[in-house]
Amino acid sequence: MNDPVDVLIIGAGASGAAVAWSLAETKMHILCLEQGGWMNPATYPSTGRDWEARFFGDYSPSPNIRARPEDYPINDDNSPIKVVNFNAVGGGTIFYTAHFPRLHPSDFRVRSLDGVAEDWPIDYDTLVPFFEENDRMMGVSGLAGDPGVPPRNPPMLPLPLGRSGALLGKAMNRLGWHWWPSDTTVATVDYEGRAKCINLGHCTPACAQGAKASTDITYWPVAQRAGVELRTHCRVREITTDEHGMATGVVYYDADGAEQFQAAHVVVLACNGVGTPRLLLNSSSGRFPNGLANSSGFVGKNLMFHPYAQVYGYVDAETDSNRAPPTCLWSKEFYETDKSRGFVRGYTFQFGRGVGPVVEAVASEQKGLLPWGAGHHAAFRRLNGHRLGLSAICEDLPEEHNRVTLDPELKDCHGIPAPRIDYTIGENTARMMEHGIAHAKEILAAANATDICVNSPILHGGWHLLGTARMGTDPARSVINEWGRSHDVKNLFIVDGSVFVTSGGVNPTSTIQALALYIADQMKQRLANLFD
Amino acid sequence: MADDNPLTPAQRDDLRALAGIIIPASAEFDVPGADDPAIQADMLATLGRDTDPVREALDQLARLAGAPLTGLDPARRQAVAMELRATGGRAIATLTRVVLQCYYRDDRVVRSLGLEPRPPYPKGHVLEDGDWSLLNPVRARPPLWRRASSSP
Repeated sequence: MNDPVDVLIIGAGASGAAVAWSLAETKMHILCLEQGGWMNPATYPSTGRDWEARFFGDYSPSPNIRARPEDYPINDDNSPIKVVNFNAVGGGTIFYTAHFPRLHPSDFRVRSLDGVAEDWPIDYDTLVPFFEENDRMMGVSGLAGDPGVPPRNPPMLPLPLGRSGALLGKAMNRLGWHWWPSDTTVATVDYEGRAKCINLGHCTPACAQGAKASTDITYWPVAQRAGVELRTHCRVREITTDEHGMATGVVYYDADGAEQFQAAHVVVLACNGVGTPRLLLNSSSGRFPNGLANSSGFVGKNLMFHPYAQVYGYVDAETDSNRAPPTCLWSKEFYETDKSRGFVRGYTFQFGRGVGPVVEAVASEQKGLLPWGAGHHAAFRRLNGHRLGLSAICEDLPEEHNRVTLDPELKDCHGIPAPRIDYTIGENTARMMEHGIAHAKEILAAANATDICVNSPILHGGWHLLGTARMGTDPARSVINEWGRSHDVKNLFIVDGSVFVTSGGVNPTSTIQALALYIADQMKQRLANLFD
Repeated sequence: MADDNPLTPAQRDDLRALAGIIIPASAEFDVPGADDPAIQADMLATLGRDTDPVREALDQLARLAGAPLTGLDPARRQAVAMELRATGGRAIATLTRVVLQCYYRDDRVVRSLGLEPRPPYPKGHVLEDGDWSLLNPVRARPPLWRRASSSP
């Protein structure tokens, strides 16, 4: 029998780690249950000669391909974009590219400014202190003075431009379009116990150097020293409730597969925009027949991914290829609404430095650029180390038919129903993607690139899982209130990307973590009457 | 001693022949073909989760060829390979990826590309800083982002 805890957090990823660290100062008994385990950087792909090949196997972005014991299957057959996640202490921050922009002020006012979707119940200014706190905790590198975003002061200098960044910057200058070195969570100097980046290049599937911030090496060590308990290889099946409609704890499977009950006074969900609705829907009961916290019917609805339109080509000059962190620049030229473009809202261009030889060979062969036979070697030498590319990260608007439900047949290894994804790209977003492709081609033309290739959408590009338990002031139109508490269950909180009202057009981790810190702060301020 | 090879001898022969068609040796670039024994050994040793689709592709190949690939004349061998490439779907895509990922990590091949045959960690790479004055015209621009009113 497990002793009851004050706060039970489900999920040890980006948001769960941040909320655990923030709440630790209350000295409450805080427990986090994580279905994955601690990662061992000595076994990360970049430590071996098969570093690129593992991206197609045990370090695939898709949990369905990766199929580690910690993963759960996802039925995403009915979606042109497949879900990407990672299940471990650190969650998705183990397996991300460390691009770290914030949502813009206008992203919180989409109804007021552009007449679509809904406004958030909070604004950018509310989150600024939490963005700054998170930048310090995660360790952000970047360059102040960007006219494309509100003022911010990253604690570390930016990554070098390198050859690729300079080539792309010159092309953008020829067009007169905005560009700037990206904010990243890659340490450019030794930082809070993390060694600085030495350009392993293979950043996304985990950083063996520890230069890329993941919450297993940023928030968690500090949170654990402050007394937070983290129990790994524990997969939660359902949240239990009492006759008053309050959460009483969770049923989970421990590392040995044994069913356990963990009582808690407060439950915090931090399982991402797919895992959180899955768990809420699987926690139905007589009192909550449509799933927990779902009186609005919005649990699982309004799934947003950020469709990526990727365009790349090849230049005569040598690029940085895989020999540096993959992201180098961003552009906000097309971020804010300009209705003359044929759509509202906008996108960020995220620029890449290139890829390694195996990925280049596989991709080019599939695109028909790399022949079989006698011409293979000359063609490969023209392509390898010469790629320049960029992606338009397009804002996805909330649409109720894009949703997460429980699959009636597919189950994980514990017999828990798998999530099913039904998703289509909306018309506004599709127009945005076409605009992004056309303008990316202009950029590559300005860089004198040839052999232009397009991947739109990126198939395994469902990195950003947003909107499926959104926040709002109206209980009929949202799942949690403006400070993170469920409208229906007064001791249940949600802090992950599922609370996003709209998606913006940026990688969301910075904003997810700022929101988690904000909600934790709200909880701390209301401890005396948290359930009123 | 049990044979723990994931492929039959006939499949191994066909894989070697097909790999040599995909990437032949080149005297010009001083590189082996993908039918090189060391590269073949790497493929067989690391097939792992790709074994089933590779077997499927080799079964398709056997059906198309009607005989061991090495037993066909060069023109027929080439035609069968191209037909498999065009019609083999996910299975041939996986086999091709296996060939490419083992070929492009072979020491001799990696060196021929001007790269060091080693994993990225722990040595890493050197990244040149770049010319930051390129940002000057961007710095001169007015703010692009929209201000938005505070919470309702």
